Amino acid sequence: MMLIYLIALLFVGGLLCWVVDRAKLADVRWLALLVLAAALVMLLLAFANSEGLEVAGRQWWLGINVPWISRFGVALTFAMDGLSFLMVLLTLFLGIVAVLSSWQEIERNSGFFHFNLLWVLAGVVGVFTALDLFLFFVFWEVMLVPMYFIIAVWGHENRVYAAMKFFIFTQASGLLMLVAIVGLVYFHYQASGVLTFNYFALLDTPLSETVAFWLMLGFFIAFAVKLPAVPVHPWLPDAHTQAPTAGSVILAGILLKTGAYGIIRFTVPLFPEASAQFAPMAMMLGVVSIIYGAAVAFAQTDLKRLIAYTSISHMGFVLVGVYAGNELGMQGAVMTMLAHGMTSAALFAFAGAIQQRIHSRDMREMGGFWNSAPRLGAWVLFFSVAALGMPGLANFMGEFLALVGAFKTHTWLTVIAAGGLILAPVYTLLVIQKVFHGKSLIERNVADACPREIVMMAMMAVITIVLGLYPQMVLDLVSQGLTVAPAPIIETPVSDLMVQLSKG
Amino acid sequence: MGKQELIALLPIIVIAASAVAVMLLAAFKPRPGLLNGLTLVGLLLTLAALLWADEHAPLQVTPLLIIDRFALFYSALSVLAGMVVALLSGRYLATAGVSVEQPAGQSHLTAEYYILLLTAILGAMVLVSSRHFASFFIGLELLGVSLYVLVAYLAPFGAARASSLEAGMKYLILSGVASALLLFGIALLYAEFGVLDFAQLGELWSQPGVMDNAIVAVGLALLLSGACFKLSLIPFHMWTPDVYEGAPAPITAFVATVSKGAIFAFVLRLFADTNAFEHPAVCGALTVIAILSMVGGNLLALLQNNVKRLLAYSSIAHIGYLLVVLLAGTNAKTGTALVSEAVGFYLVAYFVTTLGAFGVVTVLSKAGSGQDSDQLSDYRGLFWRAPGLAIILAAMLLSLAGIPLTVGFIGKFYIVVLGVQASMWVLLAALILGSVIGLYYYLRLIVVMFLRDDKTSEHGALSVHVAPGDKLVLLTLVVLLVWLGVYPDPVISLIQSAELSIF
Repeated sequence: MMLIYLIALLFVGGLLCWVVDRAKLADVRWLALLVLAAALVMLLLAFANSEGLEVAGRQWWLGINVPWISRFGVALTFAMDGLSFLMVLLTLFLGIVAVLSSWQEIERNSGFFHFNLLWVLAGVVGVFTALDLFLFFVFWEVMLVPMYFIIAVWGHENRVYAAMKFFIFTQASGLLMLVAIVGLVYFHYQASGVLTFNYFALLDTPLSETVAFWLMLGFFIAFAVKLPAVPVHPWLPDAHTQAPTAGSVILAGILLKTGAYGIIRFTVPLFPEASAQFAPMAMMLGVVSIIYGAAVAFAQTDLKRLIAYTSISHMGFVLVGVYAGNELGMQGAVMTMLAHGMTSAALFAFAGAIQQRIHSRDMREMGGFWNSAPRLGAWVLFFSVAALGMPGLANFMGEFLALVGAFKTHTWLTVIAAGGLILAPVYTLLVIQKVFHGKSLIERNVADACPREIVMMAMMAVITIVLGLYPQMVLDLVSQGLTVAPAPIIETPVSDLMVQLSKG
Repeated sequence: MGKQELIALLPIIVIAASAVAVMLLAAFKPRPGLLNGLTLVGLLLTLAALLWADEHAPLQVTPLLIIDRFALFYSALSVLAGMVVALLSGRYLATAGVSVEQPAGQSHLTAEYYILLLTAILGAMVLVSSRHFASFFIGLELLGVSLYVLVAYLAPFGAARASSLEAGMKYLILSGVASALLLFGIALLYAEFGVLDFAQLGELWSQPGVMDNAIVAVGLALLLSGACFKLSLIPFHMWTPDVYEGAPAPITAFVATVSKGAIFAFVLRLFADTNAFEHPAVCGALTVIAILSMVGGNLLALLQNNVKRLLAYSSIAHIGYLLVVLLAGTNAKTGTALVSEAVGFYLVAYFVTTLGAFGVVTVLSKAGSGQDSDQLSDYRGLFWRAPGLAIILAAMLLSLAGIPLTVGFIGKFYIVVLGVQASMWVLLAALILGSVIGLYYYLRLIVVMFLRDDKTSEHGALSVHVAPGDKLVLLTLVVLLVWLGVYPDPVISLIQSAELSIF
């Protein structure tokens, strides 16, 4: 029941924010923080106190299964495994960061804004924990509408266009997924006579090769749009650039992860053979995304747009890792998801902070900010270095593992993908150079980081360092029985690899 | 005719009597509030009679009518929609008095309005209960003739409402043509088979060689064209946007819901009783019409800056989606029961959503002004002026777009289920394409409502006052929208029990 309470808490908290703001009773920013903190505590307490249950070779916690729409065999099925737990944790944590990062940005209708914010988070938590395909789809769409409002109402100059593009891309691919879900359920029904959308029941649906391939593609396209992978990425630069800071933080930090999560949780386990067959293609898309994202990022003058393109590049590593076909790659992918959640959120928060100070995102108007804002500069330098893959920090761990995993199966693709690690320093350091060094065309004094911003950045920095220095706890949570696309490769557990690395 | 038959017919008798009662009241005490109240009482009594008649269903009453649960379900749906329209009309018509030259005549105008509304619902009820071409035609014309007048109802209010007269004329002429086509189709079928009763027609239909008969094919084609005219499917849709725009907003809601719903229910019954739709040419033609309507309806809606016209094109697309269900029924894998269930649910969803959307338009409009508030600019910044109305309209639009947690999603889900089951991939692709195009204009309207506007003062509509009755109706509709979207089980089982009875 805990998971239902958790999601309900966020929904109700959102409504409360709206009501409280309309009645002018309290500052809704604190209320939103309170709700998120309560949710976080609730999750950790419940997780610590719960007994795991082993289903389909994996450990699941806090499972719940209540019939919902009996006509279609739909149930409210929620449960968490290690992957879901990490993702929900990331969601709630970045939710707090998002509230903090927009602390002063939202001037009008703050109540409705925080309502939308909490509803997006509720939808995302639902996506990460739903194990009924119908329910999953409902949450998949539910997180879309409030995000659309956040961009369309509080976004920047070109917000309506960006919001529309975001919605239409996601919804169009979502409908493909809906058809694929219904198709899968129908074929399962034909084979077994049981009408159900339950994830575990559908796991071993007998499908012919062609049918499996097409259904897999339906799922894959929906997730690839969200990830995003080239060529279905065009919504991302616009949406990220135009969204208010909190929106960008949530989009980059959390929403992109739902695509990766979907591939790991649904596409690969539901269609293992078709996924293995499709793996080279998917990895190719990942590699193209890595190189393309990095190259295009380099050419940007808009600060937020630049960071947006780096997201495409980093999420390419996730695609490469997931389809590597072994546990190592999968672990690398999940680690990249977490690490990218931190760094992209931090960088977007920084871009928002700059925009609030100088009312521009154009890097040509920036320069020499280090003089007036050294603390801000130092924090940004830290996250830039993390993003470019400095060993010892989380991003390095993730991308390295993903590449090691992929190297065993697709050597040449991996070699090209590794090129992304060379391009990353180029564009990240470019940001530092253009914003903090050199000389501005217009002389200005930028206010340095305030305590709120420092707390926010410090929280993310601690996590980045911990994940980078001690990844084992995450890898353990992730690795209990991840379903990987079968590939003729002997898997090396990550602990063994670490031993080998330390010896060598 | 025994007692049972009389009870089964009671709903139709009650609503006809209500129309007479309203007419008498108008003669003696022509006060708008009273007329409205009596109309609502009449409709409530009809609902009660429907419940009573349910105890005796299914029952064939004369060769013309069959009172089965299917008929009762769609009658109830029409009556409920009629109540919503009547409730919304009260305040809307009251605003007309301002510009009337002879205030005394106004209540008489109101009286006709309610009488015609009742007879239109009567027509819809006859239509959904008919198993015979004669009663079908009576029902259709009762509905149609009442609507000709209602669509043009505000025309006497001076030149400002000229569009209303135009809409009425257009509806009269095109609907007349459609009726003529239908009649000629029926005549051809009668010439060939010599029966007008669906059950007998169904038997004759299953004989070998019927499908190759040219007269049957032409008759069927004419019949279908007529029905498509009434359902405003592309390419028979020309009248729709003009009529939607010109008619008073509550009547537009009525045309969009009750009139189309009743005709679709009739088509479904014809489909179940005879296997006419298994004719390959018919199937092919309907597939083309469905694709054209789904894609074309949504494409044409993109160009609209008038909310009523936009919803008109959107309704074309929605009836196109419904055709997918009907076509799935021609596939052997899909049973009639499932088709009837899907159509029932989709129509409930469509009724709730459409009534809600036009309800908001009605609340914002005044009958006395030259035009309803249907320009996109009227909705600019609505959220900041009247958050409640804006959110209700946004919810309705999201439901039309088929977003989860709204009833529209469950409806669309039904269509996808049937499409997958019948393996109609081309139609599903058209459905997805249409929905995606549709998103654009629904979102555009939503965005407009959320835009901060600096121009409100120009429109002189800074604050919006919503009458308590209207508020109640809109709130009920939005609650239904979410409730049916989150917990549709009870309604689904109700619709499952509303089966067609085949004797």
